[in-house]
Parts: sequence; structure tokens; C-alpha cells
Amino acid sequence: MDTVKRIYNKNREVYRLLLIIVLWMIFMAITKFKKFYSFKNFQTIASQFPEYGLMALGCMLCMMTGGIDLSCVGVANLTSILVVNLLIAQFGAEGSMPLGYTVVLFAVAVVLGAVAGAFNGFLISTVGVPPILATLGVNELLTGISIVLTGGSPVSSFPKEFCELFSTNIGGVVPVRLVMFIVVAIVIWFMLEKTDYGLKIKLLGTNQNVAKFSGLNNVGLLMKTYITAGICSALGGMLMMSNYASVRADYGSQYTMQAILIVVLGGVSPNGGTGKLSGVCTAIVLLKLLESGINRFHNISSYYISLIWGGVLILALVMDYFSNGQHKKV
Amino acid sequence: MPQSLLNAVDISKSFAGVHALKNVSLEIKPGEIHCLAGENGCGKSTLIKIISGVYQMDSGYIEFNGKKFTKITPSEAIALGIQVIYQDFAVFPNLTVMENLAINTELAANRKFVNWKRMRRIAEDAVAKIGFKVDLDALVGSLSVAEKQMVAISRALMSDAKLIIMDEPTTALTKKEVKALFEIILKLKEQGIAILFVSHKLNEVFEISERFTIFRSGELVVTGSTKELDDRKFTYYMTGREFENRVFVPEKLTEKPILELEHLGLKGYFEDINLSVRGGEILGITGLLDSGRTELGLAMFGLKRTDSGKIKMHGKDVTLSSPRDAIGAGIGYVPEDRLSEGLFLPQSIGDNIVVSELDKLRGGMGTYDIAKADEEKQLWVKELGVKTLDHKNAASTLSGGNQQKVVLAKWMAVNPDVLILNGPTVGVDIGSKHDIHAILQKQAKDGMAVIIISDDLPEILQNCSRILVIKEGRFVAEMSAEEASEDAILEKMM
Repeated sequence: MDTVKRIYNKNREVYRLLLIIVLWMIFMAITKFKKFYSFKNFQTIASQFPEYGLMALGCMLCMMTGGIDLSCVGVANLTSILVVNLLIAQFGAEGSMPLGYTVVLFAVAVVLGAVAGAFNGFLISTVGVPPILATLGVNELLTGISIVLTGGSPVSSFPKEFCELFSTNIGGVVPVRLVMFIVVAIVIWFMLEKTDYGLKIKLLGTNQNVAKFSGLNNVGLLMKTYITAGICSALGGMLMMSNYASVRADYGSQYTMQAILIVVLGGVSPNGGTGKLSGVCTAIVLLKLLESGINRFHNISSYYISLIWGGVLILALVMDYFSNGQHKKV
Repeated sequence: MPQSLLNAVDISKSFAGVHALKNVSLEIKPGEIHCLAGENGCGKSTLIKIISGVYQMDSGYIEFNGKKFTKITPSEAIALGIQVIYQDFAVFPNLTVMENLAINTELAANRKFVNWKRMRRIAEDAVAKIGFKVDLDALVGSLSVAEKQMVAISRALMSDAKLIIMDEPTTALTKKEVKALFEIILKLKEQGIAILFVSHKLNEVFEISERFTIFRSGELVVTGSTKELDDRKFTYYMTGREFENRVFVPEKLTEKPILELEHLGLKGYFEDINLSVRGGEILGITGLLDSGRTELGLAMFGLKRTDSGKIKMHGKDVTLSSPRDAIGAGIGYVPEDRLSEGLFLPQSIGDNIVVSELDKLRGGMGTYDIAKADEEKQLWVKELGVKTLDHKNAASTLSGGNQQKVVLAKWMAVNPDVLILNGPTVGVDIGSKHDIHAILQKQAKDGMAVIIISDDLPEILQNCSRILVIKEGRFVAEMSAEEASEDAILEKMM
């Protein structure tokens, strides 16, 4: 029993989520086995979570520094809209795009994400705007630009080669979008665990003032963090575009809250200073499994999903409270 | 010999099997000022709480005014005339002074309607007892720490107190305020009220008390008359260790100065500051709280931009616009406030040690060399004698003295040419204080230039080979260790 407890406590964020996943999988096995346990369903899940999964990864970094990124959806939509405009300008609305041009699209997306992230980072680190306000403002600004560019309506006629490429499954099994997510996750894992960046942002997130007195480059670290988050969001926008085969100023507006929910669920303290990639990745998968499972019940309206997510978040926090052994009362 | 007012005999108390107090006794005579001293965690607070009825003793008894108790409740204690003034004063910050003072009486009388006139009268009487001048309609939250304390003392006096226990009352007070507090304590003594003064500061014990009692690790070490106590004995009783108060004598100084300030100025804080420090010496800068000493320290570390003058390192002009610049130039800074400037409290001791040298701990491909970092963490924990089982524990688990050693370790690891320390031993226990001084003296002997900014004069006199006194933003005196004395410094500083 003690060893179980020790192993559980070693990586509590991950194990408590795995426990919920197992319980949910058992529940789904009992109630909707045939509909849920199909190869196709799992493949769909794996190709759908990367778009907001990427945003959650960026948001995680920001939250580790004690900040937040509310601009991920705004960055994602503006990126996809600008990329589509580029495609139309280059090849015409009805034309076709050589596959090699995908590299250019990604380069453009990365640059756009970096610029948006740098703007966030500048407002937060240099001007001193609180992260929640800075990124909220940037989100509104970017969404506004997107609306002006598109007139608020969806754009669906543009060369679709890119969308088709990113909707395929490698060897008929592994979705390309999942590969994209894994690549970004590995890059972030490397940054956090293998370079001193991870330790530095955790220390910065614990206490900015002490970080300053210790000679950490606060401005540089915040810039790097928000730029990375911006790039993650921009890539998320590319995946959304490939998924919907169209772009619009207000696609995925629920993803902002979802990304924050995931990050908190994944064990990152909203006060900054803590956080593990493994926890956040598990939370990303959990949320998609829940959503997909709920959709199997036709008599449950999808309006209930928020309600269930709220419940899951509170459950995770309550489990944390009891396994912590610190029963502090107000 | 008057009969004793309070006689606590053979008191024991344990929490979850850990002995907090082992058969300790304490005797206080009527109208006496008695000092209870000991390091943090020695059981002082536990005993206070037993006397005031917050905790129940496991064994032993208390005699108060000739009445014997083996069990005492908080309300009994108050009825007997025992009043405690805690460190946080337990005042209501959102109420006015008058309301704070009158509330107990009003509640005790179970009055349902407010009579402002009566309340004002009660409050006026209360402050008059100690001659405390204050606006009765001011919110207590807006008062200074010293004034809040006066409110708490006035309130304590209202209920016919015979014994007032003050738990480390001088912690957050300035020198002037301490003096005012001591005057009030003497006034109370004249009124026949006994004071139990809890402190771990030697000079206060000497100045105010007639008799003293010292605890160590829950046991009574000694009790006696303050007249027979001296510096050395006090330290020994407190820590159980003998320390040599080694006065620092510089051995070999570098030929050229390492850090030089020329006519350095910052409007509103300091002006025309000139100094030069050589490797191997410890320079002391001392002055009152608002003399500009802290700002000068911050300016030397790039945290305040100066608007006139020059800073030179190794003879070359440097511009310090951030701590990174300062560290790059070879300057380290141990800040004044360990908790908000020095330590990442919830993070590990080890990470707190390596934070400023992370850029040096890189392996191939710019990766973080965890093995090398681990070596560094272990090395410095051992080198500075930080008391912990594992450097992975959070810094918040350490005592004040050990926390300060961690801050020091951070800078030892960086190994700057100049180390500036602002109040290096504030809130640090005596044992660690000696350790820290020894470390600084050793660093200086190894060639580092050390600057200590402090208003702890014994500390300055013992460690510094040269002393600069700052007053209203200007250096007003420079003394060598031989010609300096506490009185001489105080005269220049005031």
C-alpha cells in the first residue's frame, strides 16, 4: 500500500488523470462498447485533439511563468486566414498548390505566431501589462483583424492540397496531425527538461522579484515563453484549417477555456512555478476521450459538455486535496 | 525579597511525542521586568501559551499571586490579570483606535446599543495610562507598527493587568520606536505591573531587564540577574556553543581597488558618493533606515539607475542597468529581504543555490548539465553547513539562519569579485550569525572585496576593516576599525 502511495505521489498529476481515464474507459465499455471501442473512433480522437492540444502546450508554458495566454484562438484564426489569403494570392481560389509549398505555409505560420507572441511578450515583460489583460486584448485585436479581413464569413474556396495532406493517416493508421503534435511536444519537452529554460521559468514563475535579484533575464524568458506559445497557437490554427477545410474569424472559440482547463487539470499551478508536460498531455487526451464518449450518447445534448468538464476539474482538485494530506480549512 | 507573582514549576509539554518543554520553571516577581530568551523553537512561545491558557500543560503547576493552578483557561488567565501582546498584536485593522480599545469592555458588558460618548471616554482613559498620543478616530490599519503595538498595550492595560507578556515586541520596530517602547515598559513597572519580555536580542535583554531566563531546546538553561550576564555567556547559554568573536584583520589587499564609485548620485536618495574597495577587505556601510544605504546598495547592483557619477570595476567604467550587468561585471548582492528578494521559498534548496550560475552549467549542445548542477548543490550545502537532509527540500523548510546561508551559497557559487550584503544577518539566529561572519571573513581572506551594509553595529565593528557612515544620502565619516566604536558611529549617524 505504501509503495502504491509513493508511486502515486511521485507523479500525482498524471496518475490521478490516468485513474479518471481508466474509470471512464470502463464506464464506456459497459455502456457503449461497440460505438466507442472502434479503431475508427480512436483514430478520430487522435486526429482531433492536436489542434487545441497545441494551444494547451503554449498556455502551459505561460502559466508556468505565472502568466496565461488567452490569445491562442485569436492567433490561430488570424494565422489560418492569412495563410489562406496567401494561398489564394499565389495560386487563385480554384487553383492547386504544389505539395512542396507546405513548407512555406508552415514557415509563414511560425513567423506569424512568433510575431503575435512577441507582441504579447513585449506588453507583459516590458510595458508591464498583467498577462491576463495583455493576452485578452491581443486576442480581441487579432480576432478583430480576422473579422475585417473576412467580413466575418467563412472562406472555403482555396487550394485544398494542404488540408488533404494533413487529413491523411500515415500507413492508414497514424494521423498526420498527431505526428505534428508529438513533434511539438518533444520540442517543448526538450526545452523544459533538457535545457535550463524549464528551471528558469519555474523560478521566474515562483517569484519574479527574486528572479530579478538573482540575475535571471526576466524579459528574455518571458519573450521566449510567449513567442513559443504564439507559435504553438499558430500551428494549432493550421491544424484547424486542415480539419475544417475552411477558415473563419471565430472558429474554435471554446478552445481558450478548454486550453486553460487542460493546463490546470494537468497540474500546473495557476500561480506559476510548477508544471509537468506529462500531466498536461494526459489532460489533453482525457478531455478528448470524455468529449468523444459523451457524444456517443445521443440523448445527452452537447450543451452538457461544459458542465461535465467543470465537474472533472473540481474532481481533480478534490483528489489533489485529499492525497496531499494537507487538510487546511478556511 | 517580595513574594513571587508568577511561579511556573516543572512544566512539561509535548506535541505528538515531541517534547516542546521539559520540566522548565519560571519565576516572576511583582513589578519586575523579566526577560525570557532563547533561539527560535526553544519553547518560549509554548510556555507563554501555557501561562495564558492557550495550551494545557502535561505536568507541573502554575502559582499566580499565591493561588495554585494545574489547569488554566484563557478567560481565567485574563481574570487573573495576565495579558499577552502577540507579535501580530491581534488588533482589528478595519476598526478605529477607539473601537479597538472599547470593544472588549462593550462586549463584556453585553451592551446592544452603541454609545459613542462612553466609548470615547473608555478609549481616552486607556491611552492616557501610557501617555500615548493618537487620533482615536484613525483606522488601526493605517497606523505604523509601533502605534499598533501601543494600541495593543493600551488595550491590555484596561483590564487591570498584573503581568504583561510581550512576545518579541521589537521585531518590526525602528531604533527610535524601541526606545519609546522601553520608556513605556519602565512606566508600567512604576505602576507595579510585571513584564515578561520575550526576545533573542542580546542588547535588549541587557538594556531593559532585571532578571533573565534562557531556554534551549525546551529546557531551562539558566535564570539569574542580568547584571551577571555578559555577551559571551549569553551566546553560550543560547546556543550551547562557544564562539570566538574574531575581529577581522585583513591580510593581503589587492594593489588596485576592484570597485570604485566616483561622485555617484541619485536624486532624492544619495549624492556625491565616493568609495573604493580592494580585494581582501571588508568595508562596512552603516546609517539609519532612511539614510540612503539601501538605495546605494541597489544602485551598485544595477537595480537603481543613478543620475550622476561613475561606477568603475577594475579601473574601467561600467554601466549597470540591470542585475545581469552587475553580475557580468563581477558584483554579487545579498538583498535586505530574504523572503521577497532572496529566495524562491517553495522551490528546492538546490535550485535556489544554482539559480545565478545556470548559464555556466551547460553541457554539450547547450543542454542543462544536471549532474554538474547536482555536484554544485551538494558542494555548497556542505561547504556552508546548511542544515538539511536533502537539497531537494523546499527552501521554506529551513530556519532563517539556514535560509540566509542558502542565499549566500548562491553568490559563493557565482564567485563574484565584489560581494555586497545588505543586512546579512537580519532575523538570523546567533549560531548562524557567527557562521555567516566566519564565511565572509574567509571570503575576504581569499581575495574577495566584501561590502556589508548594516545597522547592526557590533556586526560592523567585528567584521569590517573600514567603516563608512552614511547620513541623509552622504558619507559623513570614514573610520578605520581601530578608531571606530559604537558611540563614535552612533554620533555620526544620528
